[in-house]
Amino acid sequence: MNSFKKNLLKKRYNAERRFQWYGKIAIGLALSFLAVFMFQIFSKGYSAFQKTWIVTEVHYDKELLLIDAESPSKDDLENADYYDVAYKAMTSLDPGLPEEEDRQLIQMVSYKYEAEVKDLLLKNPDYLGKIVPIKLTASDDVDQVHKGNYPRDIPEENRRVNDYQLQIYDMLNERGDILLEFNISFFTSPDSREAELAGIASSFMGTVFSILVCLAFSFPVAVLAAIYLEEFAPKNKFTDFIEVNINNLAAVPSIVFGLLGLGVLLAVFNLPRSTPLVGGITLSLMTLPTIIIAARASLKAVPPSIREAALAMGASNMQTTMHHTVPLSMPGTLSGTIIGLAQALGETAPLILIGMVAFVNTIPGTPVDPAASLPVQIYIWSESAERGFVEKVSACIMVLLAFLILMNLAAQIVRHKFEKKWS
Amino acid sequence: MSKIKAENVNVYYGSKQALFDVSIDIAEKEVTALIGPSGCGKSTFLRCLNRMNDVIEICRVEGSIKMDNLELNSRKLDVVRLRENVGMVFQKPNPFPKTIYENVAYGPTIHGIAQSKEEMDQIVETSLKKAALWNEVKDRLDEIGTGLSGGQQQRLCIARAISVSPEVILMDEPCSALDPIATAQIEELIDDLKKEVTIVIVTHSMSQAARVSQKTGFFHLGKLIEFGPTDKIFKNPDNQQTQDYITGRFG
Repeated sequence: MNSFKKNLLKKRYNAERRFQWYGKIAIGLALSFLAVFMFQIFSKGYSAFQKTWIVTEVHYDKELLLIDAESPSKDDLENADYYDVAYKAMTSLDPGLPEEEDRQLIQMVSYKYEAEVKDLLLKNPDYLGKIVPIKLTASDDVDQVHKGNYPRDIPEENRRVNDYQLQIYDMLNERGDILLEFNISFFTSPDSREAELAGIASSFMGTVFSILVCLAFSFPVAVLAAIYLEEFAPKNKFTDFIEVNINNLAAVPSIVFGLLGLGVLLAVFNLPRSTPLVGGITLSLMTLPTIIIAARASLKAVPPSIREAALAMGASNMQTTMHHTVPLSMPGTLSGTIIGLAQALGETAPLILIGMVAFVNTIPGTPVDPAASLPVQIYIWSESAERGFVEKVSACIMVLLAFLILMNLAAQIVRHKFEKKWS
Repeated sequence: MSKIKAENVNVYYGSKQALFDVSIDIAEKEVTALIGPSGCGKSTFLRCLNRMNDVIEICRVEGSIKMDNLELNSRKLDVVRLRENVGMVFQKPNPFPKTIYENVAYGPTIHGIAQSKEEMDQIVETSLKKAALWNEVKDRLDEIGTGLSGGQQQRLCIARAISVSPEVILMDEPCSALDPIATAQIEELIDDLKKEVTIVIVTHSMSQAARVSQKTGFFHLGKLIEFGPTDKIFKNPDNQQTQDYITGRFG
């Protein structure tokens, strides 16, 4: 081999090695972005899955509860006055505190503390007249201090937790009366203005209903459109035009669909505002082209030899399509559908336009109840000033990501498990 | 006796003409082989006989093709009924990705041939027996048809084609994807089938045409150059081109 040939060979090997390195660097960059992103969300969000409780003692004094009956019924307990009992439960933490300063103690728990005091008695009627320990939801400020998210060393006038409250907190913490437990209410409560009470139940249900409505509207329409276009429609200028339009539809910014939902569904058809029904229909406009494209691609992927075999057996076009082509294309269509729905899942802009951005503090039971959705919930919380919402935003993102990962996983499984192999 | 009579058949793909004035008489219960170099139009002609060219949008067929005095090249013809009577076996085995039983039962099902489950079982069994596949698959009828070997798949396709008792079976190079042993089995099968069915076979293999057919037609550049008894075509053709082709001088 002469030196020229040797050089050429060396160059070729070097070029390949360099190219492989470029690829590795690109993948490394992408992965590190992802890692930073995930680390950010997890490090900020994991604490939202824990909830701080303040333990104190409550005396269910019949006199303070204004209960007269000897053996009070459920109704008596229900209608009793818990204000004083709850108030005393908190102020007993520092009996020496002058009455005009008591708000400082009350502020350390959520404003629902009275309801929590009531609930405990309703669940355990035999506590009546007794002094029992009770767990009260700590205010978001105490919660953040306890989780170490709130700096204690800034000047008092800039701090939402004052020196006195910190002192009480430290005392309670030393006694072991501050508890950190799994935050069930994050999953079971609707949204709230108070960070310590806010949960994702309403937005989660809103998302589930929206996706179901979206599926119910887009799947049949998209599959029928795809089957007609692929198997029956004549191939001419007009169908080409339709195909171009469908592809364009897939690229239309989602906010435009939101405007369409606002202008048509709300203004013309007067469907109920802020509901998953309208949200789902709006989202189905977005998923429609995605599913049509996926369904057509998987119909195209069915080998023509199968169609020929069926036709040659004397099957009609319709029989060929329904008995052979469509069943064989279903795995691809379904995984395309799931991917389309996963896209819709993360969509925010169109939902904001049709009013699903409203503050909803009830859990929707049907698709026509007002609801938020997970991505909109992230948007709402990220606009809130309280420190307690920062971790909620990240936690909500984590839930949304988990939902997305599950759906994409489902799409993968459908594709690999049910797809026919053509040998 | 003539089963299919084609007269002056011209086929166009768009503006390109693929067949020129083809006229041919296909005899009943005989094997007719169509030979010729690639692209000569023999498959195109075959697909005229069960109207499979309808699938190709730009394809246009002119002329007259009569089967038992029924005009096939007519808009009024019910292609579903035609294809029930004219089965087809393709170049590449194409069983449905369903069970062996379902593959054979598909035709009888859509044409409503079997009245009961027992009758259907009977049809599946006879079809598979006629296709010389029964002994190999009788214990695994619920396995997927695409899991069989190439030769078995092709015999399954033949079983599928004869399940509706057609009068004619068209075969488009049925052995080109098979090894010599599988090919021999299929050829034996063709020999058996011709007792009941008229067979038209397109083949690239001249020895195959010589072995299985009674009549042979030689196509070249879209024209039927010569048609006659197989013996005569191979031993003493009238046409110089035929002579050149079968002796391997071109093609």
